[in-house]
Amino acid sequence: MLSSICLCACDGLLLSKTDPNGIVYCSEGSPANFNPQLDTSGTTVDASSHQIYDRLIDFDPVTGDFVPALATSWLISDDGKTYTFQLRRKVSFHDTQTFTPTRYFNADDVLFSIDRWRLMTHPFHQISGGRYPYTDSLKLADLITKVTRLNGYRVEITLNKPESSFLANLATDFAVILSAEYADKLISRNQKELIDHKPVGTGPYQLASFRQDRYIRYTKHPKYWRNIQLTDKLIFDITPSSSLRLAKLITAECDAIALPAHSELEVIKQQDALVLDEKPGLNIGFWAFNTSKAPFNNPEVRRALGMAIDKNALIEAIYFNSAILAKNIVPPTSWAFQSDVKALSYNPIAAKKLLREQGIPENFSMTVWAMPVQRAYNPNATKMAELIQAYLQEVGIQVNIISYEWSTFRERLTQGIHDSVLIGWSADNGDPDNFYRPLLSCAAIESGTNRAMWCSQEYDLLINKALQYTDISERTYFYGQANELLAEQLPLIPIAHASRYQAHRKELQGLVINPYGGVRFGGVKKL
Amino acid sequence: MTKVLLRYTNLVLATLFVLSLLSFILAYLFPGQAIENLTGLRLLELTERQNSELKYAVDANILVQYWHYMGELFAGNWGVSFSSGLPLIEDVSHYLPASIELSAYALFLSFFIGLPLGFLAALRHHKFTDYSLLSVSLLGYSIPVFWLALILILFFSLQLGWFPLSGRISLLFEIPRATGFILIDILLSDSIDKSAALTSALRHLILPTLSIAVVTTTLIIRITRRSVIKTLNSEFILAAYARGLTPRQVLMRHGVRNALIPILPLLAMQFPTLLTNAMIVESIFSWPGIGNWLIQAIYQQDYPAIRAGMLAVSVLVVIFTMSIDLTIRLTDPRRRRAERATI
Repeated sequence: MLSSICLCACDGLLLSKTDPNGIVYCSEGSPANFNPQLDTSGTTVDASSHQIYDRLIDFDPVTGDFVPALATSWLISDDGKTYTFQLRRKVSFHDTQTFTPTRYFNADDVLFSIDRWRLMTHPFHQISGGRYPYTDSLKLADLITKVTRLNGYRVEITLNKPESSFLANLATDFAVILSAEYADKLISRNQKELIDHKPVGTGPYQLASFRQDRYIRYTKHPKYWRNIQLTDKLIFDITPSSSLRLAKLITAECDAIALPAHSELEVIKQQDALVLDEKPGLNIGFWAFNTSKAPFNNPEVRRALGMAIDKNALIEAIYFNSAILAKNIVPPTSWAFQSDVKALSYNPIAAKKLLREQGIPENFSMTVWAMPVQRAYNPNATKMAELIQAYLQEVGIQVNIISYEWSTFRERLTQGIHDSVLIGWSADNGDPDNFYRPLLSCAAIESGTNRAMWCSQEYDLLINKALQYTDISERTYFYGQANELLAEQLPLIPIAHASRYQAHRKELQGLVINPYGGVRFGGVKKL
Repeated sequence: MTKVLLRYTNLVLATLFVLSLLSFILAYLFPGQAIENLTGLRLLELTERQNSELKYAVDANILVQYWHYMGELFAGNWGVSFSSGLPLIEDVSHYLPASIELSAYALFLSFFIGLPLGFLAALRHHKFTDYSLLSVSLLGYSIPVFWLALILILFFSLQLGWFPLSGRISLLFEIPRATGFILIDILLSDSIDKSAALTSALRHLILPTLSIAVVTTTLIIRITRRSVIKTLNSEFILAAYARGLTPRQVLMRHGVRNALIPILPLLAMQFPTLLTNAMIVESIFSWPGIGNWLIQAIYQQDYPAIRAGMLAVSVLVVIFTMSIDLTIRLTDPRRRRAERATI
């Protein structure tokens, strides 16, 4: 009798699924804050960039072209130094518990957002650490001479030299527009640090609440300027374990999940209720050597180490063949890709010989740092490090694998105490400059994205030259030379370009993979 | 009576003293600076640091420091979490009710199933029902809790899709927090669709409750069975039969009460075990309780949180255990400790 009561009760519980209207996205971690200007990590970008904010211009996720966003049109002067933006009218900011806007978006907000990272003297520059990794690594602050307000809806940006990737940088996830009025309110309340934790933007969703390691709640921005479908609630259910995310997707506790593991793709394909989207990714997973340290400052040693590993086997074991072998640092979808660059082939015997010639003794010991988190460009760095350990053992090199918690890991990498590291890069825009400059330019050592600590005047000259031209064929010429220089110097060994995957339930419609960065929920609906 | 009371108070105070001392020492044993482990603040500014050092009297000798530490504890200043930056007392009082709630429901469920089955086994003493119940209960007792939880998830969530596998309620419901007990909070709130929210909360409750309740249920079956058998063999039961009562009347009038009274407090003693099991199960079901929170704290090396969480949970368990134990002593002075330990 007891069991029959139980069964009846269960039936009722099982059949009624009347959850309120909303989308649940299982994300992989807690964002550091809600301002992508301050943090390039995918987690922060996902949680803020396309949900809370808008940019002046956007990339079309399908074609990769620039499309108007908060700027309705823009004009580039003939000398390539002056950019004029016409701004959209009647765009409302979020009305939150802490702030009620009294005016629409205008030129002041654009000035505030750009000046915050550009000017050291800006009242908000030092808030939340004062480091702007993306713009710092590209030295954008030095590039811009001035940002002028021509009138309430017209802004002019002047550069000190033409740079063809500038527009692309304004369309990245990091070039978000904040509210100047909110900032003024915070100054008067003496709560400046709230600007990155209780954000106000113009985006499709506004932040309702955030509980570390549990959830982020967003509600619909009722006055969003784009005429697109929004659900009442958007929730990021923070689930660090990838298998748990998949399990929740199967039980319909999540409508979409972040970063499905490569080993789980088959499972997703087998489930009828789930959809798996795939797109070639704009990313690179690589093995970088700390070129500021002997013996890794010797290109021949780097070449020998590169020949000692079988990259095809790595791709099979780590990416489950959902990636392609990397030849350049840019993927084949980019126009700067060069197929005729000679890639290193697996040759342990030649590698061993070369190592001895360069004076590396038998049983030489080095460290391989393996990042502790899973990224599209390297889903399992620790396992990859173990495989590399085995390969290097064959050429007489002992490998110690080192890993720390993610933020400590990055901090210590920036200090340059590693011998070599397995890490990678996902592009934020379609411009190849987004690979060449952040990864290997001298300026990127200080901003902490040049993991090889490699500084070559010749390389910097080439990639800077490439930026002075807008014509693609001319730029390709310089990037081609840069590619050859890299193939010769090998500050890093490119390993793979991973495909990007996105898994969601069938009921969810309108979610597209954004190859240029963070996930977008504006326009996504649940049937 | 007073003597017993005094002895227990002393025992509780001594235990609490040791626990608080341990938590205090932990701040020094953990890596990093003790003052940061105590306050949970990354004290970068000098004035801030000096203020905190003054508060905890780090320059004085260890006893004075401990005294200041206790002062701060009682004032509700438990420090803040390294990872979330929230005051720990707030975090603990946010997560602890979820664990207590889960354990309480599991305890009720165990009573509900364990008591009748225990009686059944005793009444069919040395018969097939008895033996099969005994073996099933032994099996239930030997199943590791986390394994059971995983099997339940595998079967009911992933295969059948009946129940969700994580959390207390679908996150789409926003339940205003009043007591911290989700079912009560739902009933108290007025802005939401109550029946839908209750359904969602119950669906989330079933699997974790079941996985914790299994072990306790088997314990309760065995305790009840022993007690009932012992009672039914007493002379007053024989006397009742002699008075011509039917077996049913004997059981209802004399058996049930006399068998239950001595064991009820013993059964309540299962609560600490339940709480411990709940903490394991929480991390499997992502239940936002204190156990899950503590495990997260350990992963993130959030030393202030580990210290405060450990102290809060152990104090709760100690006080609960001692008060039940005391009740047993006061209501039934004949009982001995050794008797309570057997199953």
